[in-house]
Amino acid sequence: MKKGNLTVGIFALLLLLFPLVVRSSYYQHLLIIIFIWVIIGSSWNLLAGYAGQVSFGHAIFFGVGAYTAGILVTKLGVSAWWGMLLGGFIAMAVALFVGWVCFRLRGPYFALATLAGGEIFRLIAINWESLTEGMVGILIIPTFKSKLPYYYLSFGLAAACILAIHLIMRSKWGYYFVSIREDQDAAESMGINTNRYKNIALLVSAFFTGLAGAFYMNYMGFIDPDVVFSLHYISIMAILVGIVGGVATIMGPAVGAVVMVGLQETFRSSFFGLAPQWVSEGHAIVFGLLVIFVIMFMANGIVGDWNKISRLFWRRKAVRT
Amino acid sequence: MTFFAVKNLTKSFGGLLAVNNVSFQVNEGEIFGLIGPNGSGKTTTFNCINQFFPLTSGDIIFQDQSIKGMKTHQICQLGIGRTFQVVKPLGRLSVLDNVTASAFCRVNSIKEARDVAEEVLEFTNLYGEKDKLAKSLPIGGRKRLEIARALATRPKLLLLDETAAGLTPTEVDEAIELIKKIRDSGVSILIIEHIMKLIMTISDRIHAINFGQTIAEGTPAEVANNPAVIEAYLGEEYVKGQGH
Amino acid sequence: MAVFIQTMVAGVLIGGVYSLIGIGMTLIMGVMGIINLAHGQLMMVSMYITYVLYHYLHLDPYVSLFIAMPALFFLGCLLQKYFLNPLIKVDSVLPENQVLMTVGIGIVLTEIARFIFTSDYKAVKTPYSSAAFFIGSISFSVPMCIAFLIALLFTAILFWFLLKTDLGRAIRATAQDKEAATLMGIDSEKITIITFGIGSALVASAGCLLMPIFYLFPDIGGPFTLKAFVITILGGLGSTVGAIVGGVVLGIAESLGATYIGMGYKEMVGFVIFVLVLVFLPGGLKRLTKI
Repeated sequence: MKKGNLTVGIFALLLLLFPLVVRSSYYQHLLIIIFIWVIIGSSWNLLAGYAGQVSFGHAIFFGVGAYTAGILVTKLGVSAWWGMLLGGFIAMAVALFVGWVCFRLRGPYFALATLAGGEIFRLIAINWESLTEGMVGILIIPTFKSKLPYYYLSFGLAAACILAIHLIMRSKWGYYFVSIREDQDAAESMGINTNRYKNIALLVSAFFTGLAGAFYMNYMGFIDPDVVFSLHYISIMAILVGIVGGVATIMGPAVGAVVMVGLQETFRSSFFGLAPQWVSEGHAIVFGLLVIFVIMFMANGIVGDWNKISRLFWRRKAVRT
Repeated sequence: MTFFAVKNLTKSFGGLLAVNNVSFQVNEGEIFGLIGPNGSGKTTTFNCINQFFPLTSGDIIFQDQSIKGMKTHQICQLGIGRTFQVVKPLGRLSVLDNVTASAFCRVNSIKEARDVAEEVLEFTNLYGEKDKLAKSLPIGGRKRLEIARALATRPKLLLLDETAAGLTPTEVDEAIELIKKIRDSGVSILIIEHIMKLIMTISDRIHAINFGQTIAEGTPAEVANNPAVIEAYLGEEYVKGQGH
Repeated sequence: MAVFIQTMVAGVLIGGVYSLIGIGMTLIMGVMGIINLAHGQLMMVSMYITYVLYHYLHLDPYVSLFIAMPALFFLGCLLQKYFLNPLIKVDSVLPENQVLMTVGIGIVLTEIARFIFTSDYKAVKTPYSSAAFFIGSISFSVPMCIAFLIALLFTAILFWFLLKTDLGRAIRATAQDKEAATLMGIDSEKITIITFGIGSALVASAGCLLMPIFYLFPDIGGPFTLKAFVITILGGLGSTVGAIVGGVVLGIAESLGATYIGMGYKEMVGFVIFVLVLVFLPGGLKRLTKI
């Protein structure tokens, strides 16, 4: 435990110093994107990995957070930063409704209900043009030219999110979430109001995801329904970040975010220009293959199966020497 | 005062009457046995008591209060704990965490919950296994874990559903000791059991049902000698067993 | 009134094809207890097979049925045998890993299609693609009518298969109680493989039937997966008869939505129904019949 704390501390320090050493705005941008995914992935993990309610619709909360910030600018003319305050809470309000509908179903049916929910929200955002500008999307001018403020803000949010989930998992809520995941009937007969605690997990998860969405609006300056309500690039990506890193582990989603954003960027840039252009077209197929690979051979993700993985490498080293 | 009573309990699934007009009363401090052949409606009765299924008709009274229509978790919070015939361990959690999660029913801080859990594990003789994963326990351990988890919610009435099924003879003896110990600690017990040795030695009174209907009630000796019970359930085997 | 009747006719006709998609999904759901999130993508594969056969060999889409259905049956069996069944042995925190696997399969199928055929819209323009006949003032699209009739035929064959053959009975038994079926000597692994194959073949037939009417592009699968899901929820999970009713209801609802609310909302109608069913009629239409 002590050793773990030290490692985390050193990592945090390195990340704090990173933008002061590496001035390249490209790498700073990559890390900001990773931080956003740490938040979304960790939030998804709280609901799916710990409470066992696998959501295929986290784009709902990300999109709602982003649009809250965007609409505050276009309709009320106030700064998008207010969206950072409001976005999480609006996402929670939406989550209350989503939970009311979707928690009537269990297991895979719940998963699909959230997926359908995500599509409903995307279609609403496309069609309710008077509020959302439809497919045109919302464009705002970012407040800062420098990436530094965004870097530290997103780092702070990601750290806060991980810490909050860490604390939750060591409390009554955490025990209740995991009990519900393991056996809902047993949990009920242990005196756990499963419906209430599933909703609590959903609300916390939605809050942080909404926050990430609002930050995205502020940082990127542009959103449209197919970006922020995307099934593949938000909802499924959230799941990938979770399962690649390791569900039901605190640091899993962070590791998953690094791997997934790294992969995405590697392919999108055709291995940083080293490979032929057509490679960049293949990044989605790599996603799909990765899902299949991880589920078949690394069901608990990099963090969850770390012993297995390190043993694999250790053995290789042993053979070499 | 009525401690616990089932009144004219009826439960039908579609057209099938699983439990038909069953009534009985459990007194405080008592071990009350519920017996009947396979499929006679015992577990259905339990599932009605802790409200997994809504009742078709009838009523259930706990401490002078009707608990009909309450949610399962509310039943537990009122003080009725239960175990499952098909055990439901929280597999990926340690034994200690299983019981700690349950202990949160009465306390809020993790420290208190863990204290309660350790005490209960000590009581149920599982303390030595507290760090093992629940799914790695053998069947005997899982059955005891079910009891430990129910006890951690501090029940006044404990429903035990075939706690001794699948246990070795030594383990059955241990189970008998444990159940008596629980009763002596002030918890009333309603128990379903197939193993006659167990139910006949520990029950204060026994209620027998067949095809969802009451066929007898009384002390173990009375029930064992009741012709309807012998015919429906105990049959020749038991009679022969008595002869040895 | 004529507009209304026209809308209903169009809805019922497309609904027949939706039923085929829904039944395939329902079978898989019933036997394996999982939702196949690659269902629409399998249809997309069958549509590309139809397209290729038409484009290079000038085979009529209805003839392609006899190639696409066996091909997809085979593909479905392979997926179940080598990708889904092995997962039963994998211990994972998330019980939904089979569902996640189908997501992965769906993505890979879509991207392979995009790799080969690019994202361009493809179409099979047969002489009868836009043919129609009239009863009174109501027009009936010829390909839609053929599709509807063939869908009816396949549904009838499927029911005969499920009710009258040993294999069909084994499938129904597995759907009802997997453990009991296994104890009765049914090889449940084999049954899951065959069921996935049949489900894929059914959705493949829907693909062939829709090909003369629809544009084809790699991403067409996703919306159809969702439709299949909405149908199964509507029909009551795991009920084949419910899936037929659900398919027709969805067809009619979409058609009404497109006519009276606007094309943009056509896709949404299904989801709104879906939410309404969840909230007000948990258990789907099956609930109304009290079976």
